Amino acid sequence: MAEIKAPAERPLSPHLQIYRPMLTMMMSIVHRITGIGNYFGTLILAWWLIAASAGPNAYAKFEWFAGSIIGRVILFGYTWSVIHHMLGGIRHLIWDTGRGFGPSEREWLAAANLVGSIAITVVLWIVGLLAMGGPR
Amino acid sequence: MSDNVKHIRTPLARVRGRGAARSGTRDFWRQRLTAVANIPLTIAAIIIIIMLLGRNQAAVAQILGAPLVAIIMLLFVASVTVHMRIGMQVIIEDYVHDESTKLTLIMANTFFAIAVALASAFGILKLSFGV
Repeated sequence: MAEIKAPAERPLSPHLQIYRPMLTMMMSIVHRITGIGNYFGTLILAWWLIAASAGPNAYAKFEWFAGSIIGRVILFGYTWSVIHHMLGGIRHLIWDTGRGFGPSEREWLAAANLVGSIAITVVLWIVGLLAMGGPR
Repeated sequence: MSDNVKHIRTPLARVRGRGAARSGTRDFWRQRLTAVANIPLTIAAIIIIIMLLGRNQAAVAQILGAPLVAIIMLLFVASVTVHMRIGMQVIIEDYVHDESTKLTLIMANTFFAIAVALASAFGILKLSFGV
């Protein structure tokens, strides 16, 4: 005779509100958020590429957006998002090799991820604005 | 194995052994493959974009259409859109538990990634072929 078994008792993991905020966990959340940012940022990339191929008028519209204050803020955020996600991705690839899990290592990696992404973004924008002939 | 050990996976899930995504490790591997590819391709794309800043459309079109630049940008778009499709699917699977909503969003995600990929590739190829 078939025996009816109770559903397997499965452990539940505690969720976010249980934990005290820590740098490593904030960086984990930010990695996901920047991933979402990069996802929608590809719309700007696609717009730029199509505008460049469509002609001077379409490109002028994109340049107007990119040069506006809102456009600049979005593009600065997009730059940081891409750089942060890339550095975070390198951190994940290091973890994939089984390294970098020690208490001091993971704290150091998380801090380097944040500091590095901000520094690289600022440097890229300085280079970019200089390439355009200074801030306008 | 002792029976009183708690397992996160049900016995049936253990037998099937494929996890929540029902597709084994293919996406896991592709996510890492494209992550590795994205690093040099993103650096190259950033260099190309900085080179093009402040130039007019004719100059941008000429440089973007050059074979080496166009091929790098095409590889960049391909790798990035595959990576972001998988990443967004993981997010959807993590937070959306209603089966029909989840499947709808996963489909929309795939459509979005393919649309962005083809639109970007169209722009690059149009420049390259000078049509």
